[in-house]
Amino acid sequence: MKHRLSEKTLSIKPSGIRKFFDLVAEKKDVISLGVGEPDFDTPWHVREEGIYSLEKGKTFYTSNSGLKDLRIEICNYLDRRYNLHYDPLSEVLVTVGGSEAIDLALRALINEGDEVIIPEPCYVSYKPCAILADAKPVTIDLKAENDFRLTAKELIDAITDKTKVLILAFPNNPTGAIMEMKDLEEIAKVVKEKDIYVISDEIYAELTYDGKHHSIAEIDGMKERTILINGFSKAYAMTGWRLGYACGVNEIIKQMTKIHQFAIMCAPTTSQYAAVEALKNGDEDIEMMKESYNQRRRFLLNSFKEMGIPCFEPFGAFYVFPCIKKFNMTSEDFAMKFLEKENVAVVPGTAFGDSGEGFLRISYAYSIEKLEIAMEKLAMFIKTL
Amino acid sequence: MREELLRLIEKNSKIEVKELAKMLSVNEIDVVNELAALENEGIICGYPTLIDWEKTNLEKIIALIEVRVTPQRDQGFDRIAERIYNYPEVKSVYLISGGYDLLVILEEKSLKEISSFVSNKLSTIEPVISTATHFILKKYKDNGTVMGKKFEDVREVIS
Repeated sequence: MKHRLSEKTLSIKPSGIRKFFDLVAEKKDVISLGVGEPDFDTPWHVREEGIYSLEKGKTFYTSNSGLKDLRIEICNYLDRRYNLHYDPLSEVLVTVGGSEAIDLALRALINEGDEVIIPEPCYVSYKPCAILADAKPVTIDLKAENDFRLTAKELIDAITDKTKVLILAFPNNPTGAIMEMKDLEEIAKVVKEKDIYVISDEIYAELTYDGKHHSIAEIDGMKERTILINGFSKAYAMTGWRLGYACGVNEIIKQMTKIHQFAIMCAPTTSQYAAVEALKNGDEDIEMMKESYNQRRRFLLNSFKEMGIPCFEPFGAFYVFPCIKKFNMTSEDFAMKFLEKENVAVVPGTAFGDSGEGFLRISYAYSIEKLEIAMEKLAMFIKTL
Repeated sequence: MREELLRLIEKNSKIEVKELAKMLSVNEIDVVNELAALENEGIICGYPTLIDWEKTNLEKIIALIEVRVTPQRDQGFDRIAERIYNYPEVKSVYLISGGYDLLVILEEKSLKEISSFVSNKLSTIEPVISTATHFILKKYKDNGTVMGKKFEDVREVIS
């Protein structure tokens, strides 16, 4: 039969990472540095709490907004770490991963034709989610010379009278870039002046290696126009539990909760119980994992330096974004040839937007032994170019 | 870098200096010097290998022996502990709080040898009041490492 499908959905291109990894899947014994999730297991005390909740028969729905205890712990955490103040009863929504929160935030804010500013390179879901919410995505090409930070000038140039939302995602996937307080203040000034909203995806907040992460919501007058998104996947190695949250003023969270209530009902109950334990007693786990990521991050940066591959120092997430322009190949060509010759998979920067051309995303959510082998292979590979 | 270096090699003492230097973002010579200093100061006491002997053909029997002793004037427990730990078959000796004083870990080829050690060598040390010997039946986890567990990457591809 001829299927009459949604034109809007049909217009969305499949993710660039997907395309590349379908190719990887066909090869054998590939060393992949492509995965964007922690290589640690969820800390045992957190898993144990999930198991305990099952033993106790806590297998029912929670309220649409999420367990009250969890919302209270989320607020305590945000207060403790970032001096952010949210009301657990009216300003927090527990979601199925940060990804759901992004989708909800866009759908709650957008009217048809509104423009959403998306600085690229960035995580692959913002653009499709914006399109599905009937927004017009407007991309900004972030520059390597700015260490892939967003500048006020770039933002001003992208704003029109249709601009509704800026999506800010730092620490950033795929570049590993961060925004310091002074950078955020510049952006906040423009955001307030132009009266737009910010969806701040801070899923990698805990993985900041130099100094401390700051949220744009900390800045005076920003809480009311910011939807803060975070979750448990990266900080506590809980990707498979599918748990995130959104915080903001009640007027916005209320609308997001409405969509969530009809589309999802509530986030998984077992995961919510586990997450309470993570927030209460997980600070040490974060430190342990962060130290290990940081060692691998430094290892890769020093390896690139040795090989003469330029790479700005990324202070966040678990990605490095080296520049391969000097080899006169496109990112995709480089990644393909590297895969063919040395059986190592890295993601071409273009999978995250056109401005990723000339760069590769290398994840260091891998054991140091694996990274060592991959770097040896990279050194051999570039000698043949 | 001292504590971070220690934490790294505690898990894997075989990481090469070159890699350590890169992981810590310091010069190789600094790692070499720091390791030498740590050895001199007696902070690094050795680089043994963790072996799962059960998988080999060698017979090894490990016993945990609780020892109650009378502490000696001027020397407390130290002198008695020394008299015990000097036997090469003794793998570890700990001073313990609670129901007994010293925990002795002994490794031998047979039950007979263990019993002979306890009755002939250990019990005959004068301040030793009593001993209780436990045999290890199976090692699940030793020194932070789960025995025989191999890491497997089960993460699936996702966009």
